[in-house]
Amino acid sequence: MAIKKFMYLNRKASYGTVYAIESLEVVLIAAAFEQDVSLAFVDDGVYQIVEGQNTDGIGMKNFSKTYHALGDYDINKLYVSAESLEERGLTEADLMPLVYEDEDDDWAEKPSIKVVSNADLTKIMSEQDVCLSF
Amino acid sequence: MKISIQINEGPYQHQASDTAYQFAKAAIDKGHEIFRVFFYHDGVNNASRFTLPPQDDRNVVNQWAELGIKNADGEPELVVCIAAALRRGMLDESEASKNGIDGNNIHPAFRISGLGQLIEAGIQSDRLVVFGD
Amino acid sequence: MLHTVNKSSFERNSLQSCLNIIDDTSVILLIEDGVISAANNANSSMLAELATQGRVYALQGDVEARGISSKVADNIKLVDYAGFVDLVVEHGTAVSWV
Repeated sequence: MAIKKFMYLNRKASYGTVYAIESLEVVLIAAAFEQDVSLAFVDDGVYQIVEGQNTDGIGMKNFSKTYHALGDYDINKLYVSAESLEERGLTEADLMPLVYEDEDDDWAEKPSIKVVSNADLTKIMSEQDVCLSF
Repeated sequence: MKISIQINEGPYQHQASDTAYQFAKAAIDKGHEIFRVFFYHDGVNNASRFTLPPQDDRNVVNQWAELGIKNADGEPELVVCIAAALRRGMLDESEASKNGIDGNNIHPAFRISGLGQLIEAGIQSDRLVVFGD
Repeated sequence: MLHTVNKSSFERNSLQSCLNIIDDTSVILLIEDGVISAANNANSSMLAELATQGRVYALQGDVEARGISSKVADNIKLVDYAGFVDLVVEHGTAVSWV
């Protein structure tokens, strides 16, 4: 079976709507299918992976820890729009330190997050076979 | 071509299901195969057998049912995500009895299944189109 | 690629986000409330360049439903649902901007 490039396009923040948590659930299931998976965090989607989320005050489950599991499932291409970060007064330092272990480099721990310009995202997106939006 | 569809919103609240239906119907009329329609998020509500829309308006659930989207084994390919469905109180007979609930509401033209069916649809189809909000 | 945009540019930033990422050959199909961006209004400049290149489509049914048929820019191509299907078949991966 040929491997397809799947992109998961995340443009909404967590908690205000269900899309963030339910799209993460798709990604985790997708890992079992051994396709070429990327996630794109654009617009308010960047807030999904901001460090330091605390939901005690809103009575909802804090699922942000689950993003840390992606690396264990070989999902290590998390593209974050540089322009979306900048517009929101965020930098890479505000994001969760999501990592994976590179089996081709002696299991060295590397960052899964790649902050990219919209121009780079254009190219990345144009290579995808399937794009799922939530 | 083999085309699959993902629907993220429920009937009537958003136009997503209507647009997807018109698209699916047009695709079938053109001789394409709708491989699977996958209902996620509030889209699972499109499978309710209890909807009672006004007589002078379209019946979204029945429209989907009448398209007769099935696979070669005759099983429905209008697929409702089990996790999203249970969360929202959409149950078939099996899930209802497993969980001690005294009723079920999934229309027989739909079947409940896992998220893997969405990924599989993306892999097996030539095109996958998402309708949401 | 085929990019579908279903929200008005007055309501959401979806169209702008799409325009930020669209490459040189992909096309945009405006559907549902997205067709509002096809009409001559304060946001018309957003799609002007792409429309000149013949790369902007709008779903006719949605335009007519919203009573804006006479307002749609001449170089935006109206299609029906069969035309929507053709665009999906012709343009490869579909990206939905919601």
